[in-house]
Amino acid sequence: MSEVLVVVEATREFGVKKVTLEMLTLARELGTPSAVVLGGAGAAEALSAKLGEYGAEKIYAAESEEIDGYLVAPKATVLAELVKRVEPAAVLLASSQEGKEIAARLAVKLDNGILTDVVALDADGTATQVAFAGSTIVKSKVTRGLPLVTLRPNSVNPVPAAATPAVEQLTVTVTDTDKLAKVVDRVAEQKGSRPELTEASVVVSGGRGVGNADNFKLVEELADLLGGAVGASRAAVDSGFYPHQFQVGQTGKTVSPQLYIALGISGAIQHRAGMQTSKTIVAVNKDAEAPIFELADFGVVGDLFKVVPQAAEEIRKRK
Amino acid sequence: MNIVVLVKQVPDSGADRNLRTDDNTVDRGSANNVINEMDEYAIEEALKIKEAHGGEVTVLTMGPDRATESIRKALSMGPDKAVHVVDDALHGSCAVATSKVLAAALGTLNADLVICGAESTDGRVQVMPHMIAERLGVAALTGARKLTVDGGTLTVERQTEEGYEVVTASTPAVVSVWDTINEPRYPSFKGIMAAKKKPVQTLSLGDLGVAPAEVGFDGATSAVLEHSKRPPRSGGAKITDEGEGGVKLVEFLATEKFV
Repeated sequence: MSEVLVVVEATREFGVKKVTLEMLTLARELGTPSAVVLGGAGAAEALSAKLGEYGAEKIYAAESEEIDGYLVAPKATVLAELVKRVEPAAVLLASSQEGKEIAARLAVKLDNGILTDVVALDADGTATQVAFAGSTIVKSKVTRGLPLVTLRPNSVNPVPAAATPAVEQLTVTVTDTDKLAKVVDRVAEQKGSRPELTEASVVVSGGRGVGNADNFKLVEELADLLGGAVGASRAAVDSGFYPHQFQVGQTGKTVSPQLYIALGISGAIQHRAGMQTSKTIVAVNKDAEAPIFELADFGVVGDLFKVVPQAAEEIRKRK
Repeated sequence: MNIVVLVKQVPDSGADRNLRTDDNTVDRGSANNVINEMDEYAIEEALKIKEAHGGEVTVLTMGPDRATESIRKALSMGPDKAVHVVDDALHGSCAVATSKVLAAALGTLNADLVICGAESTDGRVQVMPHMIAERLGVAALTGARKLTVDGGTLTVERQTEEGYEVVTASTPAVVSVWDTINEPRYPSFKGIMAAKKKPVQTLSLGDLGVAPAEVGFDGATSAVLEHSKRPPRSGGAKITDEGEGGVKLVEFLATEKFV
């Protein structure tokens, strides 16, 4: 079977991201998964065990300061050379900012079609995408070149399938044009031990009804009790209650967790766009007419400052 | 500094949006068509740079005839002029082909800085800035929440999942911005009146030296095979808190096995 290239997404703190395991699981349906690690020195070593656990038969490692020190262009150059050499059945990347950006450059370099935010991919290359804030389901296909696809997190259930990957070091040869956008600093911002928003199985979000930044502690407490991530509506972010990187909605992150809890969020279309494909939705809002209740599998009309502490207490009791 | 802002007309994300049943493209005929929201932040950033450093701001749009409305709206915020790439053959173009056309148009404009929104609200694909930069052989500083211009050096802060990155490049470059970067101004009455008289140059594929076969459905690198409406969610149980709301919420979570 042909190789399927899976471009690995990982974080310094937590290692291989869940979406990478989803991509490896999907790749096994399409061919033989080969993981591609693009990073600084030693990047592949730290990730290889996890990649093998989920079925990577091979790991291509491109490790260089030139890859780590510049925005995506060097990664795309290395990947394009690899694709030309191994002629894979498909190339899978994460539908993250960086995944889409690498894919964008690859598409131009190879004059190849690209499909983003894919939630399912058949062996014949037919992809399923969710468009227009989750209201429309689209089936599409790359018609020139190989399937170059970015996978939306939480689309595939990651299943282990142990393999012992052989590691092949790639020679990194990048051009001066690849080194135009230099990363001069990376600043880590405190986020504790919570899962990443787009990958989390549970997301607890707060909206304008939370009232102020301090009250977001309530949202965080419930999220932590459920092992979830914290999100915020645009209204809450614009009011300065919570940082922008946690914004869920049309102009923020799109999430599709098993459980989404909306606290003090009215459910404007801007917000629904980012969360309405969640499996189960729970809402707490004092306004019985709030549109969020049209989506919610379970809704509580009430004061979140009473309902949420009581719920937190009840969860603690049951633990 | 010669700045070009990419502006896309999209169906209003606040209303019902559809794909056409005949050719699977975005249904613009029945939609309320507006400037892509994120592009207003790009225009604002361009105007702020012009106000601080001098220069000229040009709006560049690829789109059908009706995109003229959005171009005038963009100009009413303050840019000096606009270029509208319009050609019937463009209908059905994929992202790869679109980037080819925009890169060709930018080739005629000699921009020091190209600013665009990080994504459009219709496709949310986020690929255009890097596609264009790849074609032009210039830097792409994408997803900026802050942009600083110091002579020919650009510095952006870009949000990442772990924090943020500080990235620099020299002009010419493409910068894409999120809505955290500024607060777009409202067009003034004077601005709206002035926009009517500002020059809008139209360019066809022929003007850009791009063959019709390279764009549209014929030149597309991907195709939509079919589409359907997702069944709308229906609300489930809704209770009113009478002192036991939190407990009942957890009981629901327990039946769904989240607790």
